[in-house]
Amino acid sequence: MYNVGNLVKELAEKHGRRRDSLIPILQGIVEKHNYLTDEAMVEVAKELDISAAEVYGTASFYSFLDTEPRGKYVIRVCKTITCMMKGKNDILQTLEDMLKIKIGETTPDRMFTLLETNCIGWCHKAPAMLINEIPYTELTPEKVVEILKSYMKK
Amino acid sequence: MAETGLNKVDLIFEQVNPKDVLKKAYEMTSEEIIKEILESGLKGRGGAGFPTGLKWKYTAAEKDPEKYVVCNADEGEPGTFKDREILDRVAYKVYCGMAIAGLAIGAKQGYVYLRGEYKFLLPKLLKELESFHKILAETGYDFRITYRLGSGAYICGEESALFESIQGERGEPRNKPPYPTVSGLFFKPTVINNVETLVTAMMIIHHGAEAYRKLGTKDSRGSKVFSVSGDTPIPGIYELELGMTVQQFVNEFGDGDTKAVQVGGASGFCVPRKRFADTIIGFEGVPTGGSMKLFNSSRSMYNVLHNYLEFFTEESCGQCTPCRVGCQQLLKGIEKVKKGEVKSSYLNELMKLADTMKLASKCGLGQSVGNAFKTIVENFREEIIY
Repeated sequence: MYNVGNLVKELAEKHGRRRDSLIPILQGIVEKHNYLTDEAMVEVAKELDISAAEVYGTASFYSFLDTEPRGKYVIRVCKTITCMMKGKNDILQTLEDMLKIKIGETTPDRMFTLLETNCIGWCHKAPAMLINEIPYTELTPEKVVEILKSYMKK
Repeated sequence: MAETGLNKVDLIFEQVNPKDVLKKAYEMTSEEIIKEILESGLKGRGGAGFPTGLKWKYTAAEKDPEKYVVCNADEGEPGTFKDREILDRVAYKVYCGMAIAGLAIGAKQGYVYLRGEYKFLLPKLLKELESFHKILAETGYDFRITYRLGSGAYICGEESALFESIQGERGEPRNKPPYPTVSGLFFKPTVINNVETLVTAMMIIHHGAEAYRKLGTKDSRGSKVFSVSGDTPIPGIYELELGMTVQQFVNEFGDGDTKAVQVGGASGFCVPRKRFADTIIGFEGVPTGGSMKLFNSSRSMYNVLHNYLEFFTEESCGQCTPCRVGCQQLLKGIEKVKKGEVKSSYLNELMKLADTMKLASKCGLGQSVGNAFKTIVENFREEIIY
């Protein structure tokens, strides 16, 4: 749970209170808190003077506007064709073993969430994944271990 | 690439002075700019291939004082990554193309809709945008560009879904007509072009339509940036003259064992080996937004098709029934055939479903699922069944 009132006001000052400000505001909340709580969506609805259902309806359409609790670092492994051909299953296996969670789950310390995603545009350097917005490419299980270790130290 | 007969081109990534090109465009009338783009024969580089000059002409003809230029950088087609490369290396040319489109149609505001997966590029792109806005200020031209980020939805690459998304709504495509040239972003006349199209248009103004027309074929003028991936020793970005056959392409990029090439991504067409020699990559044969995936004989085409159908099932916006239910049924259908739960002739029923989706779906997503489905099932039927 997080207190989002001030952040919503700040974001509304920055992006405006029009309907087309909605997605930039939601993106701003996710950037800071990794996902959207019900409270956050209600707060945004009040600020923009629209129905909370409109906010939820919009947010739930977009896969990066999570409405489920997410960890500090959201790992999205590309599962589309080239990454599949080039061994994304080994990458997933390595991540699952290291984090001791399955796809769709979050570690108990709320540090990592493991997800799959559709093509992220790195087919020539497959397999690839995103950790929050940072892309990692030409992955091998060994490389994944190193990358994850560096995040665990943060 | 002489031995394979492919002609490498350096138009998109060629460094030019944006000020010079802007000045040149500035001295032209709107009609002259549009005439130049029309004469070049340029067709949209995002995949659909609508003549760019016509889009600009129709939008210019609208009387509304409020118009928009939108750059579609929601590059989500599996196997396409050229727009990221273009933005990364020559963003100023994209901005310049937008400003020229603005001059042509009479718009003062542009939007770049960048897919959320490319958010890591944004700080750099904004910095370059700032420099570009300075150049505009120096030349005294009133035009501003704003960035909007996507949030992980393939469908937002569909133009009207993209407008909805910028407007803060669910990315659900609109009914057409009206087309964007009449009612686009904020329901105002809008030119929406792919990243590469805008850069190409800018280079046409720079070099002239005459020079551009010398490249390519009658139906596919000019050159195109290809995103090459899959079973190839040299994956990456290549700018090539249009008009080559799939065979020529495979000779250059294949690993010696290529059995099929998927041209145009998951929504494109599968070309099997026996058709390599007589299939032209372009609007007279198989069109592509750039995605070229090679598969060698170690790959199961069932797995390829299954992956594509999973992709579409997840990415369908769910608004219209033919696409929402159709994608699910095609996916379940090939699974049943594979498991032997239904006769292989069930594939014929699925082919009819793919045809229905093409006719009845509201937008390009549902309409193009059948492209890959039909070309893979027709050419690799035994791999789907056994």
